[in-house]
Amino acid sequence: MAPLQSISFMAAKTLTIDGELISAEEDQSVLEAARDNDLHIPTLCHLGGVMAVGACRMCLVEVEGSPRLLSACTTRVAEGMVVHTNSERLRKYRRMILELLFAERNHVCAVCVSNGQCELQTLAMNHGMDHVRYPYRHPAFDVDLSHPRYGLDPHRCILCTRCVRACWHVEGAGTLNVAGRGDASRIITDLNQPWADSETCTSCGKCVQACPTGALFFQGSAVGEMQRDRSRLEYIVTARERKQWIV
Amino acid sequence: MLLADLLQLKDSELTARRPVTLRCCLAAGCLSSAGKEVKEALDKAVAEAGLDDRVQVLGVGCLRLCCEGPLVLCEEQGKEPILYERVQPEDATSLVGTFKGGTTHVRRGDLQHPFFTRQVSVVLENCGVIDPDRIECYISADGYLALRDALREMSPQEVIHTITRSGLRGRGGAGYPTGLKWATVAKTRSARKYVICNADEGDPGAFMDRSILESDPHRVIEGMIIAAYAVGAEQGYIYVRAEYPLAIQRLNTAIRQAKTAGLLGSGVMESPFNFDVAIRIGAGAFVCGEETALMASVEGQRGQPHPRPPYPAELGLFGHPTLINNVETFANVPPIIRKGADWFAGIGTEKSKGTKVFALAGKINRTGLIEVPMGTPLRVIVETMGGGAPDGNQIKAVQTGGPSGGCIPASHLDTPVEYESLAALGSIMGSGGMIVMDQDTNMVDVARFFMEFCRDESCGKCIPCRAGTVQLYDLLGKLLERRASAADLTQLEELCDMVKHTSLCGLGQTAPNPVLSTLNFFRQEYLNLLQAENRTSAEPAATG
Repeated sequence: MAPLQSISFMAAKTLTIDGELISAEEDQSVLEAARDNDLHIPTLCHLGGVMAVGACRMCLVEVEGSPRLLSACTTRVAEGMVVHTNSERLRKYRRMILELLFAERNHVCAVCVSNGQCELQTLAMNHGMDHVRYPYRHPAFDVDLSHPRYGLDPHRCILCTRCVRACWHVEGAGTLNVAGRGDASRIITDLNQPWADSETCTSCGKCVQACPTGALFFQGSAVGEMQRDRSRLEYIVTARERKQWIV
Repeated sequence: MLLADLLQLKDSELTARRPVTLRCCLAAGCLSSAGKEVKEALDKAVAEAGLDDRVQVLGVGCLRLCCEGPLVLCEEQGKEPILYERVQPEDATSLVGTFKGGTTHVRRGDLQHPFFTRQVSVVLENCGVIDPDRIECYISADGYLALRDALREMSPQEVIHTITRSGLRGRGGAGYPTGLKWATVAKTRSARKYVICNADEGDPGAFMDRSILESDPHRVIEGMIIAAYAVGAEQGYIYVRAEYPLAIQRLNTAIRQAKTAGLLGSGVMESPFNFDVAIRIGAGAFVCGEETALMASVEGQRGQPHPRPPYPAELGLFGHPTLINNVETFANVPPIIRKGADWFAGIGTEKSKGTKVFALAGKINRTGLIEVPMGTPLRVIVETMGGGAPDGNQIKAVQTGGPSGGCIPASHLDTPVEYESLAALGSIMGSGGMIVMDQDTNMVDVARFFMEFCRDESCGKCIPCRAGTVQLYDLLGKLLERRASAADLTQLEELCDMVKHTSLCGLGQTAPNPVLSTLNFFRQEYLNLLQAENRTSAEPAATG
């Protein structure tokens, strides 16, 4: 019998998501495969064009055969995988995560530049979050308005690190970072200096485009005025890597 | 260094041995209570008494009974060994005087006590016996013979097969079959692979790995070289927490000595196999004991975990397949190669083979380091060997597994200590820390202590752990301040469930364990703390 030839092409995979059979490219994540087939899985820390980190836990899915819940954004598709994305248990966990976020810092939509355009707010509404069960912590942070064009308000930050990833992997400047640990973590510029003093920042604004909430914003925006184009970063990366220009 | 060299070194070491050896414990515990000064005083006293040709004073590693340190073990050929406890530098003269017919008031320990007699030293066989700063001492105790056998008599597959057949399971806490892990890394095709030793022992109250590294560093290095040979790696790292400066110092010395002797570097033992080891020091983060966070830290990145799969065997350090094992796991490798898989599989139980090192601490008479076969009942460990709780108090519970583990209540003390039986009770074996509690211990307070630890050590990447541990800590505080309602208790349980199942890494996934475990066995203590008007009439009033 002839030995198995080494396969030099990437075979497509077939898997089941919520009862629906779909096909996916071999190296796609479950999230990418779902989105390609118009199946919705909620996310917060995912940003098209930058690497997935699986931090927010919103995209957790149940995979038959796995005792643990897996983050769809970091889990590669496998042939014959059976995935459930919307069980009652998952919806309960998502709701709890959102409530923990709202209780963690000071997310006050009524006075926020991203009111109406915020991914956190949208997710909360979609999950029926009309109240928060956990005591609000009301931490006090300094708002960094030193930069001429942009502002960083940690009260609205959910530490998704999309801005950090965009800065490092799309712009390549490496200005933004996470300092501290646990709930004392915070986004800093350079060596924890005011943004205006940063020597690496190129003022490209990619971090502002990346931010899902109102933590990073254009100065001069009033409440609800923060318009951003979150797909711009994915556009840049797709053009760079695949030489495809999404119109 | 070839077999002939090893045997010759061993021979000359043993021949040079004098009739009397005074072994002075120089591990961290005894060192911190003047252990070094005791040794120096003994050196001086022996010289002054003109006994240099008859008595040698050796600085050794852990002599086990830490609570009675500084410890000195006196071994004279043809006589029963004597353990001297709480030795002070001033005692040196009278102690040495006993070899000339004099007496000393220094207290003697009971070496026949079960604390010593029930120990089975596999991992710790050289601890307290050899001088950790001398490779010749290690070689005189059959050191590096296992490496020689592996390199010259066995193929990498045979080495892995031996480890698999031995039944060795990871001693870092999870108990993953070591042979299977080695086989997975070996079978992953890659031009470059790494071996990492996880020496970031972070559980509060655990000092097993520290003792092994301070007392017998060459053993761990030998285990790593054998592992590297088996899986095909050429570079290894030992990630030690910065809070273990003595362990780092002893490891540095050992690595240097091994390199000089041709046991590390290119052409290990003059074979075609190359392997080098470097130390990487931690920076004070418990989360860096988690394997993916550890690797991120070694890479110079922020010590944050990433979701698994992919596992390190597939995607590890710098993107290459990596074998990562705990200190104690590596320390088991040389004896398994030397004495065979069947010998090791003959110790312990059906699913948990070999021995386990435990660090006994808390409300216990005999605080110290012990090594017992798997399957030893917990009661034997804490009552028979540990001597029970001091001042006539009763043991209420034993915490195993640190902040990731749970409590075993007194009613279950006959449980054999092995992976499956502890997991069945809602705890884990963990790395070996065993904290004993007495009847005055408030179990809710214990749960809060561990939750505070997890909250402080959470890396902050994922929300369930970062925000969940904060809320859980506050809820436990509310309970202890008697401001909590029954609804708060329900919320506590729901949050525990959510944090456990949605956290990204083991820290968050196991952070609720102490709460869940104490709720399971000591629920009444939680109920007693609820505000009076929130309790139903069926629940008793708080009795404190």
